[in-house]
Amino acid sequence: MSTGNMNLTLKVWRQKNSKDSGKMVDYKVSEISPDMSFLEMFDVLNEDLITKGDDPIVFDHDCREGICGMCSMFINGRPHGPKDAVTTCQLHMRSFKDGDTIVVEPWRAKAFPVIKDLTVDRSAFDRVIAAGGFISVNTGNAQDANALPIPKAQADAAFEAAACIGCGACVATCKNASAMLFVSAKISQLALLPQGQPERYKRVQNMVAQMDAEGFGNCTNTGACEAECPKGISLENIARMNRDFVTAKFVSEEEG
Amino acid sequence: MSAINSNIPEGDLTTKWTKYKSSVPLVNPSNKRSLEVIVVGSGLAGASAAATLAEMGYKVKCFCFQDSPRRAHSIAAQGGINAAKNYQNDGDSTYRLFYDTIKGGDYRAREANVHRLAEVSANIIDQCVAQGVPLAREYGGLLDNRSFGGTQVQRTFYAAGQTGQQLLLGAYSALERQIGMGKVEMFTRHEMLEVVKIDGKARGIIARNLLTGELERHFGHAVVLGTGGYGNVFYLSTNAMGSNVTAAWKANKQGAFFANPCYTQIHPTCIPVSGDHQSKLTLMSESLRNDGRIWVPKKKDDTRKASDIPEGERDYYLERRYPAFGNLVPRDVASRAAKERCDAGYGVGASKLAVYLDFKANTERYGRIEASKAGIHNPDKETCMRLGTAVVKEKYGNLFDMYAQITGENPYETPMRIYPAVHYTMGGLWVDYNLMTSVPGLYCTGEANFSDHGANRLGASALMQGLADGYFVLPYTIGAYLSKEISVKAIPTDHPAFVEAEARAKGILDHFINIKGTKSVDHFHKKLGLIMWEKCGMARNAEGLKSAIAEIQQLKKDFWADVRVPGSADEYNPELEKAGRVADFIELGELMCIDALNRNESCGGHFREEYQTEEGEALRDDENYAYVAAWENKGDGTFELHKEELKFENIKIAQRSYK
Repeated sequence: MSTGNMNLTLKVWRQKNSKDSGKMVDYKVSEISPDMSFLEMFDVLNEDLITKGDDPIVFDHDCREGICGMCSMFINGRPHGPKDAVTTCQLHMRSFKDGDTIVVEPWRAKAFPVIKDLTVDRSAFDRVIAAGGFISVNTGNAQDANALPIPKAQADAAFEAAACIGCGACVATCKNASAMLFVSAKISQLALLPQGQPERYKRVQNMVAQMDAEGFGNCTNTGACEAECPKGISLENIARMNRDFVTAKFVSEEEG
Repeated sequence: MSAINSNIPEGDLTTKWTKYKSSVPLVNPSNKRSLEVIVVGSGLAGASAAATLAEMGYKVKCFCFQDSPRRAHSIAAQGGINAAKNYQNDGDSTYRLFYDTIKGGDYRAREANVHRLAEVSANIIDQCVAQGVPLAREYGGLLDNRSFGGTQVQRTFYAAGQTGQQLLLGAYSALERQIGMGKVEMFTRHEMLEVVKIDGKARGIIARNLLTGELERHFGHAVVLGTGGYGNVFYLSTNAMGSNVTAAWKANKQGAFFANPCYTQIHPTCIPVSGDHQSKLTLMSESLRNDGRIWVPKKKDDTRKASDIPEGERDYYLERRYPAFGNLVPRDVASRAAKERCDAGYGVGASKLAVYLDFKANTERYGRIEASKAGIHNPDKETCMRLGTAVVKEKYGNLFDMYAQITGENPYETPMRIYPAVHYTMGGLWVDYNLMTSVPGLYCTGEANFSDHGANRLGASALMQGLADGYFVLPYTIGAYLSKEISVKAIPTDHPAFVEAEARAKGILDHFINIKGTKSVDHFHKKLGLIMWEKCGMARNAEGLKSAIAEIQQLKKDFWADVRVPGSADEYNPELEKAGRVADFIELGELMCIDALNRNESCGGHFREEYQTEEGEALRDDENYAYVAAWENKGDGTFELHKEELKFENIKIAQRSYK
């Protein structure tokens, strides 16, 4: 049960509210243990700020086990920091060195306006899902689950797409602030499953339309989203979405 | 002290629910459109209820404190969801799931509720698969199952180590679909601060818009709380940072009884505490106990590395003590056994508060099977380990990665170090068979209620209960109440009851801001957690509980005199949110100790050191304590106990044995 001996300089984005122009502010933290998570390091800093009578830094977080998708810091120019395939809450201070300077900013995208400090508004994602990210089955209508066998490979591929936690790192890292990885992951999950077929083409059209309406940028295939995704969601999903989007134009015309 | 009515329908256990469903009064579609239901919480129990009620035609408002309903803490459930499908042809049945759950709960749950849960369990799997939830499958394309603690059948459905995530995203999709259709109005980043009661019935809530600080009044013909458990009363738990008891506690203050608050589940396999900075604990799924063997060295204070301790010098204490269930004993039993070994001086790691969870034997076994499939005869150990590691990786990869990330150790090479941690709370708001609390029109679903798990919940049963309540139980039972409310017009929110409730909430918020003390909210929360863990944790005794009550009362005074909440009440202020939650946790903590002190027996997660068998097992007192303890908040810091007698008509009550 020891406290640590790391001393760090933090440069953190402070912004009072969505109208404030915001600025970077420097902080020092000391006696940081390498076993702390990045957010626990922020807890130490905030405790210090509160005791001194300053305003603590506001940041989104909840489960602190890498699954809820709420934490969202842009650390040293990378969403969720320097380690691959982890969220900020699962990033530990052993990934840094004593004496480091760490720059922490919020997600930056037109569709994710800053609310306060490091907290942004990601409700655009919910609206994209509401536009079609579901299978229209009311409670009580389901047949026996094993009446519909699904090849394992297909089920596994759907699961991989479904692993998305909706954190928005893909948008934050994309130079176009595109949400294509997020949107395509949901489209793929449902398009890969037999249950998703009846609404397949309507779904892709509706979700893409909502994505555009929210002000997300377009995809220019740089692949930064895949590289930074904490859950390893693959670019293949975007290709699949694009295929379905093009196919949808013909299918829906045929269906009149 | 008075008896309370659980409104269990008459008749045979196995047909109660079917008969009830067929005879419950209905609400016609045009009336449904003018009936408004408020659902607080968007986890499995909240989102599934909100979506289903909207599908049925009710006007629904749903609230969550997170930035999206998809983030509710159900998402973190790892291992699986039980259902009596008997897909494995291993003798499972509705009755067996019912029996396992009653026994697992140490005979402290209500038979009728548990049987209903077992009955609807199969529908849940059907519904989720229809929604496109990618549950794990076998090569034949059919659903796969795994084993969980406290059972001898394989009835647990799963999606790798992300079952909760996938089920929640299914419910979230259903909810978003209704939001898109305008049938659910969603309020994210909102926290419920008061229940509004008019003429004795729940008629709405006061919610705070967390971004603006504005207090809002919302009317509903009925209110449903699906607000989760209260494990964060211990400060350190596997719950999310925001998980809290506030909605349930405010309801308790408005007359909803709080049942069995002392029943806390301490999960045996969590990553041990690494230091004072720790903000939360991380679970390693119970599913790991399928393939992991738990052990400590046979020698006290053995400081050798795990790999240097030969087989003969290892004590596989669960297999030794419980040969029939071995590593798959229920959680309460496994946790206490770990504590017993560590207290006796056999713990491992720097803190000595850990035991090993070792995958080597099963990795090798899997490797041997893989080698055989690949036509390799007499494979050497190294080949087996290499091939087996790939199998283990596919089954538990994300859990192993998480362990490595948090501890900096590689669990493929060295055994995991684990220790019990607070994980789930079986207690909660008292509800009757209809899931209605003791306040008419106020319902409670999922972990927030007390109903189905008795004194100990079996693994993979929380997801089952949350979805059972939300998809298949509440949507029927709430009709019984709402069918009598069709002539009630929406009550305007300038009604004095709304004004008064809002003033109550505002008074508390302003008070926090004005204390301007010297210590942070977390300071008090940590102190509370320590008292609870030491004196109302895995083992309790009368003396400790009495001193805990005194300490908590003092802590409450200190908190209200010296807490420092920066900023103001009319802005986005997470410290202010935390202050409200901790204030409620402090009061709940006291009630938990009162309840634990009242229950002079040991059962499930409630272990009173004075009441144990010679072998150190929990010793129940069925003659005096086969009841649900439902506590009424008298408003002056005192509580009145109401008892609901538990009648076991279908199961013979016995000492629980897993030997």
